[in-house]
Amino acid sequence: MFDWIQKFADWIIYQIIGIASHSKLGDTLNFFLFDTIKIFILLFGVTLLMGVINSYFPIEKVRNFLTKRKWYGLDYFVASFFGTITPFCSCSSVPLFIGFVKGGIPLGVTLAFLISSPLVDAVTVAIFWGMFGWKITIIYVTSGIILSMIAGFILSKLKLEGLLTDWVKTLLAKKQSMETIDMDVSESFIQRVPAIIKEAIGIVKGVSLYILVGIAIGGLMHGFIPTGFFEAYISKDNPFAVPIAVIIGVPMYSNTAGILPIMQVLVEKGIPLGTVIAFSMAVVGLSVPEGLLLKKIMTTKMLIIFFSVVTLCIILSGYIFNLVM
Amino acid sequence: MNIKILGSGCTKCKITYNNVMEALKATGVVAEVVKIEDMEEIMKYNVLTTPVLLIDDVVKVKGRVAELSEIIEFLQA
Repeated sequence: MFDWIQKFADWIIYQIIGIASHSKLGDTLNFFLFDTIKIFILLFGVTLLMGVINSYFPIEKVRNFLTKRKWYGLDYFVASFFGTITPFCSCSSVPLFIGFVKGGIPLGVTLAFLISSPLVDAVTVAIFWGMFGWKITIIYVTSGIILSMIAGFILSKLKLEGLLTDWVKTLLAKKQSMETIDMDVSESFIQRVPAIIKEAIGIVKGVSLYILVGIAIGGLMHGFIPTGFFEAYISKDNPFAVPIAVIIGVPMYSNTAGILPIMQVLVEKGIPLGTVIAFSMAVVGLSVPEGLLLKKIMTTKMLIIFFSVVTLCIILSGYIFNLVM
Repeated sequence: MNIKILGSGCTKCKITYNNVMEALKATGVVAEVVKIEDMEEIMKYNVLTTPVLLIDDVVKVKGRVAELSEIIEFLQA
């Protein structure tokens, strides 16, 4: 599928610029050019597609959908699934949380949505696809959804409602109509296209610097670290590799754009894929800044429980990945 | 005219606010601009994503940065 990009990169680096193939510099530059073109094409494609879906299923619709009927547990899936296609800035997590719970969506289901949303988004999907291929991308997305469902379900069983901060409890107790102020959404598809394209360009622009830096570092490592280098230190047999990787990843705050290109090289140099995926999930799914935001709605005790449950689920999925792949 | 920007103070909210100020300057429209950062206050508007731009209490843009060109259009409409 991407052969033509490889041919193009070969042609530019080896023919036009004239650096010898199989030289370290040549390999590094070739890797950089190939990955950059491939990822930007995928990135634009996936953000466009998500933009189209999102324009028909905005967050308000998702909430109404979830509150309208009884779901008998299926709501965990619906929330986790829509979490993956609904982008939102992390600073929206507080209004989102309150809006969901106040609308009558169970706490566990709301948390499932909050977990899955940063874990799987357009940018992550596009870069995963570009770096690891579509099969591993599907595995990542599916496990992201399952992980959010399970974590949300466990959290709901822990009955955390009493551990919300006081002002949230007061707010939730107050009777208030939940009629959202709806915007005019009767536009035709053609009318929506310019806004969707603009939005997609905005997202691509926003992460492009991270991607370039990530690919550049990845390219250097690709060219200069011998294949299998890490195998000696982190092997599949080491039972502590996954939890250590996850615990290092949790406080870190980065978007997938910057870390995944480096992850790909780590895999190539011998770190098991499951360990790398678990680390990525820990980095994007949980972070110190997110904890600080959630502190507004959760007491410290609830926050610790929330982080612990999600961390455990990520570690578990890392082990499962390493077993399966 | 009354303009409200709802947002907890994240970067996107600040950019929206700056865009509004610039749009007002560019068009010469006089308006009262209020920045609402208090979460309880924000929740009264029943929004799920921030930032939100309200003009005369009508939601114009929500969940993303309102672009300068867009705001100018709203102001002139």
